[in-house]
Amino acid sequence: MTYEEGVLKTPERGEEPDGDGYVPSARRIERERFKRARARRAAAVAALSTLVTAVVLFVVITGSPGWPRTRDTFFSAAYARKALPQVLDGLLLNLRLLVVCGAAVLVLGLLLAVARTLRGPVFFPLRALATAYTDFFRGLPLIICLLMVVFGVPALRLQGVTTDPVVLGGAALVLTYSAYVAEVFRAGIESVHPSQRAAARSLGLSSGQALRFVVLPQAVRRVVPPLLNDLVSLQKDTGLVSIAGAVDAVYAAQIIAGKDFNFTPYVVAGLVFVALTIPMTRFTDWVTARMDRRRAQGGLV
Amino acid sequence: MSTTDRTPRPAAEKAAAASGDGPVLRLESVRKTYGRGTVVLRDVDLEVPPHTVTALIGASGSGKSTLLRCANLLEEIDDGAIFLDGAEITDPRTDADAVRRRIGVVFQAYNLFPHMTVLDNITLAPRRVHGVPRAEAEERARELLDRLGLGGRAGEYPDRLSGGQQQRVAIVRALAGRPRLLLLDEITAALDPELVGEVLGVVRDLKEEGMTMVIATHEMGFARDVADQVCFLDGGVVLERGTPGQVFGEPRHDRTRQFLQRIIQAGRL
Repeated sequence: MTYEEGVLKTPERGEEPDGDGYVPSARRIERERFKRARARRAAAVAALSTLVTAVVLFVVITGSPGWPRTRDTFFSAAYARKALPQVLDGLLLNLRLLVVCGAAVLVLGLLLAVARTLRGPVFFPLRALATAYTDFFRGLPLIICLLMVVFGVPALRLQGVTTDPVVLGGAALVLTYSAYVAEVFRAGIESVHPSQRAAARSLGLSSGQALRFVVLPQAVRRVVPPLLNDLVSLQKDTGLVSIAGAVDAVYAAQIIAGKDFNFTPYVVAGLVFVALTIPMTRFTDWVTARMDRRRAQGGLV
Repeated sequence: MSTTDRTPRPAAEKAAAASGDGPVLRLESVRKTYGRGTVVLRDVDLEVPPHTVTALIGASGSGKSTLLRCANLLEEIDDGAIFLDGAEITDPRTDADAVRRRIGVVFQAYNLFPHMTVLDNITLAPRRVHGVPRAEAEERARELLDRLGLGGRAGEYPDRLSGGQQQRVAIVRALAGRPRLLLLDEITAALDPELVGEVLGVVRDLKEEGMTMVIATHEMGFARDVADQVCFLDGGVVLERGTPGQVFGEPRHDRTRQFLQRIIQAGRL
C-alpha cells in the first residue's frame, strides 16, 4: 500500500489479490473520500501560495529603481543570443573535464581512503602520506591550488611536462577534489560496523579480501549521496579553469562581456551551468530517496 | 466475514467513555494489508477492558506486532476502526499525536535514544510534549526509576546498561507520560534468558497497579500467569480468544493446538 499526499491507493474492488472476498466497507469509502478532498485542498493551498510568492517577487524586483538599467546590462536578449553558441562551445570543455576529472577523483579518493584505513606498522608511511595529503589539499583553497599548478608548473620549465592550461587545471581539480572524496569514502568505510569485518575474517578472508568483498561494497553504497554531491560541485568548479586561460563556458562569456561591458553572457553561462547541475541534483535526490525507502521498515512516522 | 453492523454509534460510545467502564481499546473489523497482496490483519475484533492485560500470542508474522503498531497509529489501517476510550482514532481527522500521547509503547529493541542519558530519555516527552517543568518531570522520572530498581542509573547513557536495564528504562519512558494504555511488543525477545525475569517482574507489578496493557509475547508461561485475556493470532485472524485457562487448557482449533504443541516441544511453556 502506498501513500501519496495522504491518499490511500488501494486495489479496485474485485482486484483484491488475496481472494478472500473482501469488500471495502462504507467507513473505508468515506475515509478515502475525505482524504482525497484533503489532498485537493492541500494542492490548492500550494498553488495559491506559489502564485502569491511569484507576484510579490516580480513586483519587488521590477519595481526597484535600478531595474531598467540592470535589465539592459544583465538580461539583454540580443547579447544572450550572441553569447549562447560560444558559451555552449566552451561548455564542451567543461563536460570533458568533468568526465575525466570525476573518474580520476573517484579512483584517487578511494585509494587514499583505503590507504588511511590500513592497519599495521608497515603501512605507517603510506598512512601518514595519505593523511598529510588530505589535510593539505582539503585546507588549500581550490583557486590557490589552481594558480600554483597552472602558473607554477610551467615556470619550472621541466622537459616533457605539459604547459597546457586545461591539463594543468584539471590536475589541480583532481588534487583538491580527491582529498574531499577520500574523506567521504573513509567516513563510509568507518561506518561499516566492525562486526562485519569480524564475520568476514572469521570465514578466513584476508584483511584485503574482507575490505574488498564485505566492507567496501557496503561503504560505497552508503556514501553515494554525498559523493554525487561532490560531483555536482566539481561540475561547477570546472569553470575555474578559465582563470588559466582555457576557453571554457565561463571564459567564452568573459570574452564577450569584456568587449561591450555587458554582463548578459555571464548570466547565460550561469544558467547553462544550472541547467547542467539540475539533472544531476535530481538524480542524487532520487538515489537518496530510493536508499531511504529500502532502509525504512514501513510505517507512517 | 463478520455480519455485524459497522456503522459507528457515536452517542453510545460517548456514554461508555463517560462512565469509564467501557473498553479502553476496541478494534472493530480491522483490516491491514502490505504491498499488493499480503493481508496482515483480516477482520480483527478485540476488546480490552480497563485494568486488564491482554496477551497476543502466535507465530512470527501472525500479525501481533502489526496490531500493536496499528493501535498506536504507527500504521494506517485499511478498513475497520479502532477506538480508544470509545472515541474512534482511525478517522483521518483525528490528531494522531494526541492519541499517541495517551498510549505508551515499549518496543522489542528498546529504541532508547543513544545520545541522551536515561533521565533525558524519560523526561523528553513529559517536558516537550506534556509541558511538565523540568524539575517536576525529573522528580517523577527518578521516582519511577527507583521503583524499578534503577535508582542509580539516571545519569548513564543507554549503551552502558544491560539489555534488561535498558528495557526497564524503556518501560519507565513509556510510563512517564501517564498513559491510559500500554502496548508491549515482544519486550523480552531480545533479552538473555536470565534478564527476562526482571522485565516480566516489572510488567507483573504494573498489572497489580491496574495498568491496562496489551502484550505481544512469546513467553507463554508469562501470558498464562499474567493475562486476563489471551488472543491467538494466526495468519492475521484472531483464531482463538478467551481466558488463559481456555486458550491454553482447552484450545478449540487445531492450529492453536499445533502452535502450543510446538511451544511445549521448544520447552517454552
